[in-house]
Amino acid sequence: MNLDEIAGILDCEMISPADREIDIEAVVASDGMSEILAFHRPHALMLTGLTNIQSVRTAVVADVEAIVYVRGKQPTQKVIDLARTSGIPVLITTMGMFDCCGKLYKEGLEGVM
Amino acid sequence: MSEELLSRSFTLHGRDFDKAGETSTEIKSILKELGIDSQVIRRVVVVCFEAEMNVVMYADEGTLTFVLTDDDVGIEIADRGPGIPDIDDALTEGWSTATDEMREMGFGFGMGLPNIRRHSDDFDIRSDVGVGTTVTSRIKLDGHG
Repeated sequence: MNLDEIAGILDCEMISPADREIDIEAVVASDGMSEILAFHRPHALMLTGLTNIQSVRTAVVADVEAIVYVRGKQPTQKVIDLARTSGIPVLITTMGMFDCCGKLYKEGLEGVM
Repeated sequence: MSEELLSRSFTLHGRDFDKAGETSTEIKSILKELGIDSQVIRRVVVVCFEAEMNVVMYADEGTLTFVLTDDDVGIEIADRGPGIPDIDDALTEGWSTATDEMREMGFGFGMGLPNIRRHSDDFDIRSDVGVGTTVTSRIKLDGHG
């Protein structure tokens, strides 16, 4: 599934430039950054409600393809700028974490663990 | 005997949440530029990032040293801080002494040290209460952890 399809399923707003064709094969979802760092699968999408600077640094370290901020949370401009310079696409959805995971799982995506 | 190719040392500052992670991302860039395998880079950077966050959250100051040889990456993080009274507890997933402020930053859920150990081929931790903690990690360049 590509990022564009995910943006459609989760009704996302894209707030930093992204290659919409990026392939996503798995999802890691947590507000705990160490949970995201614990296991790895290539081509993973990160779902989180944490919008601070560490969420972007975690995405970089964890080598995820993109971040989706859930529950309509807006990151600050500083966070968006770091994501942009780090080459991490950022999307926002008003949906909650549970609904996001349910919808993506229903469409065939699996968790990273 | 392995040959040392590169050695770098970074100072880490306690409570500096904004800059936490900068050192790890710099190490990632260095290793990427040297053409190190991406899985090895990921493991090294997870170790560095978790260790960096531990220093920022708990210690006054720390030093992160990493040494690249033709065989492995060695990482040592030594801090001046409160130390860890029970290392077995600290290495148990889910065990944590974090404050609400640390959890609001997305850390302190009892996964930091276990993550460092999980991503290391060799791991050691020594701590003196009231003095500080030293974590050492070794990641082999041909490892598959």
